[in-house]
Amino acid sequence: MIKKVTNHLSQNEALLFERSSPGKKGYQLPELDVPAVDAAEALGAENVRAEIPGFPEVSEVEAIRHFTRLSTWNYAIDYGMYPLGSCTMKYNPRINELVARIEGLAWAHPYAPESLAQGCMQVMATLEAALAEITGMDAVTLQPAAGAHGELTGILLIRALLEKKGNPRKKILIPDSAHGTNPATAAIAGYAIENIKSSETGVLDVGALEKMVDQDVAALMVTNPNTLGVFEDHIMQAAGILHKKGALLYMDGANMNALVGIARPGDFGVDVMHLNLHKTFSTPHGGGGPGAGPVAVKKALEPFLPTPRLKRAGKKWAYDYKRKYSIGRVKAYYGNFGVLVRALAYILAHGGPGLRNATMDAVLNAVYIRKLLEPYFDLPYGAPNMHEVVFSDERQAKLGVRTGDLAKRLIDYGFHPYTVSFPLIVHGALMIEPTETEGKLEIDQFVDAMVSIAKEVETDPQLVKNAPYHTRTSRVDEVTAARKPVLRWKP
Amino acid sequence: MRYLPKSNAERREMLAVCGVNSPEELFAHLPDAVRLKRPLNLAAGISEYEIVDYFRMRAAENLNGYASFLGAGVYNHYRPVLVDTVVSRGEFLTAYTPYQAEISQGTLTQIFEFQTMICQLTGMDVANASMYDGSTAVPEAAMMAVRATGKGRVLIARSVHPEYREVLRTYARNQGMPVDEFGYLADAGSLDVEDLERKMDGLTGAVIVQSPNFFGIVEQVKAAAEIAHKHGALLVVVFTEAISLGLLEPPADADIVAGELQSFAISPCYGGPYAGIIATREKFLRQMPGRLVGQTTDSRGNRAFCLTLSTREQHIRREKATSNICTNQALIALMATVYMAVYGKQGLRELAEQNLAKAHYLAGKLKPRFSGKFFNEFVARVEGRSPEEAHKGLLKKKIIGGLPLGRFYPELADSVLLCATEMSRRADMDTIAEVLA
Repeated sequence: MIKKVTNHLSQNEALLFERSSPGKKGYQLPELDVPAVDAAEALGAENVRAEIPGFPEVSEVEAIRHFTRLSTWNYAIDYGMYPLGSCTMKYNPRINELVARIEGLAWAHPYAPESLAQGCMQVMATLEAALAEITGMDAVTLQPAAGAHGELTGILLIRALLEKKGNPRKKILIPDSAHGTNPATAAIAGYAIENIKSSETGVLDVGALEKMVDQDVAALMVTNPNTLGVFEDHIMQAAGILHKKGALLYMDGANMNALVGIARPGDFGVDVMHLNLHKTFSTPHGGGGPGAGPVAVKKALEPFLPTPRLKRAGKKWAYDYKRKYSIGRVKAYYGNFGVLVRALAYILAHGGPGLRNATMDAVLNAVYIRKLLEPYFDLPYGAPNMHEVVFSDERQAKLGVRTGDLAKRLIDYGFHPYTVSFPLIVHGALMIEPTETEGKLEIDQFVDAMVSIAKEVETDPQLVKNAPYHTRTSRVDEVTAARKPVLRWKP
Repeated sequence: MRYLPKSNAERREMLAVCGVNSPEELFAHLPDAVRLKRPLNLAAGISEYEIVDYFRMRAAENLNGYASFLGAGVYNHYRPVLVDTVVSRGEFLTAYTPYQAEISQGTLTQIFEFQTMICQLTGMDVANASMYDGSTAVPEAAMMAVRATGKGRVLIARSVHPEYREVLRTYARNQGMPVDEFGYLADAGSLDVEDLERKMDGLTGAVIVQSPNFFGIVEQVKAAAEIAHKHGALLVVVFTEAISLGLLEPPADADIVAGELQSFAISPCYGGPYAGIIATREKFLRQMPGRLVGQTTDSRGNRAFCLTLSTREQHIRREKATSNICTNQALIALMATVYMAVYGKQGLRELAEQNLAKAHYLAGKLKPRFSGKFFNEFVARVEGRSPEEAHKGLLKKKIIGGLPLGRFYPELADSVLLCATEMSRRADMDTIAEVLA
């Protein structure tokens, strides 16, 4: 029944602190080539600590075994399909890791003189240009450290432009299908949030938008394709409504994997957007970061971009710090450079035609999954989907099995779960995004697993409700964790 | 293309299941007006070998083979081999945020260890799973203090990293958080306690200082804490040089510690990615931004870990969240965790002592501008010519001689900020002293 997985011994492992014993060492420092300094004298006795209480003391062998054992308790893309909707868990090419570690790049200091950092600056300039071409926008900043950070940058840019025109306005409109970061970001940028209910077909309700846009609205934040994986086909109309009233269109680029090489936000009315390099451009998620969230803008917003900006000075690159209208810095230095190197390596590997082929395969995989799972799961919105598909647990819920239970059972079949209970407009959502880097065999096994689980729900719902059975850790008590927080080890 | 795993035959089979003849038909529902009607203006894809070659050429355009005495928030420390070995494992590298606890115990356990070690280092009760970096941890800490006190004004020392202060201003501008600065003592280089006292008022929610400060000086944290607390504000203590915590007394008087872990095995990488931290007292736990991992049990009663207290976070609270931050810097925090494990209690102290010795050796030849006690960085005045000119002389000897301070502190335009670490060679220090002295 479970073709993809079988039992395997897994090592137990204590915490570092429980493995420690005084005097154990995993390091050796070189002999000091200058005279030693008395710490109490140099720093003041009152400033010198006695010891770091509880800090680990382990040997090198124990350290490597510790982390290796822990690593085997994770699921990862390298093990198999990771169908998290909206997360774009695609293969992370290893060549990207290698080039990001080239010494002249990885050990470049951000305050190295510009004349000795031309290579880094060239990498950033090349990436900025490529992302501008992919998005159809006029200028790109690489400074934001992650998607939510890019959102904040984008909304601050909108605010700066409107302020310069005389009125920053008060509200940001956000569809009810949006990611939680959208409203959280707008609040930090000093805006009130107004939700727009999605239409019956799950897209932006242009009629409602028209009624809501007034002189107080600064922008609409929209994800396109939206979190149902459906393209907002009235996007240009929406842009027109906003622009007529002096408001702007912000696009959350989380789902850009559906559009690269096919359609460009800059061509369909978007004024500002962010990209998630750790989604669309293959940089590793690393268990939750680091990412990078470049922001692309139309010309009107360019004067407000964070400082510094790259500029050409003769044959060299230089930084422009004197930018009168800039929103300022959103991060120290220039951005998550190591992530930028990886994303550029990905773009170079695919090239223009390859990026488009990747988009087509990503959509093909999602549509294929939809066709094969539609007979077994409720599909609340029937519009054509792009890179992801969202089912609901309506049929299974009648037998007491919810999307979270189905997800845990999927683990037993050797897959990471899909995104559970999001977007909020679908009750009991199963949000599935395969990405282009899954082959037919892996997808067929995933579909088999989902179909098998649907059948289990019919015959033995309790079996599904108590899953997973085959993991080293069974279902985790998250309620107690939150009720009685234990957030650090104590002896 | 090598990242697309399907054969054309498989594609055809799948297209048939989808009821279409070509992949283009999958996009037939897109309005004509939104479609890109030409190929992207990007070159065709290239091979692995060509990619390596491209980036090697870019690296060659950077500095190579120079000894550097740059610090200023980004430090040149040795990176034990184990760190890269561990973070290169696909199980860590290619995993997502550990929402599904049953198949993410590796990452979750490690973050729990990370949180514990950050508490041990900083003397705080709780630490989160990491922030983007030190510069963004500062405004997050300020917003946290403002929420906790209900007072909107922020006072920050001019001796905090200048770029961190710029980031704070960007965040604060639209939140009704006025930011004011207080000075440092011209002779000692440490914070001007009288200036802080003068500028302090009952509307201030956060006082922010850095120790060691941007000039490398061990700051008067206790004095700052007394003033902040007397007026009902919280004290935020920032650090950029984490190695200093191997030797320095933790900032026990702080309410919030916001720091940068780049020194813990994270290569300078031209400014990022790094990892920041926020640690605090138990009573401010609910005001914390960012991910937290907690200990619990699984249904068999075994110890297990999971993400917790997420009701603070954006995916639950939306516009009422404590921050818009969505993720942490898990892989970078893992590097720091491995680093702390490798050096451990004794190693971190010895390492800090070596940094102290190297910096004091160099300072002994250059006469530091400030009289305050310093760790591994100090400010030196360049006599007779501008620091930029002196730098040119050093570059000829393949040495980068620290950061000229005029860009950030006009009153220090004749000075440079120099840093020495365990990686600094005595011979290079002798050379730099000859040229600058």
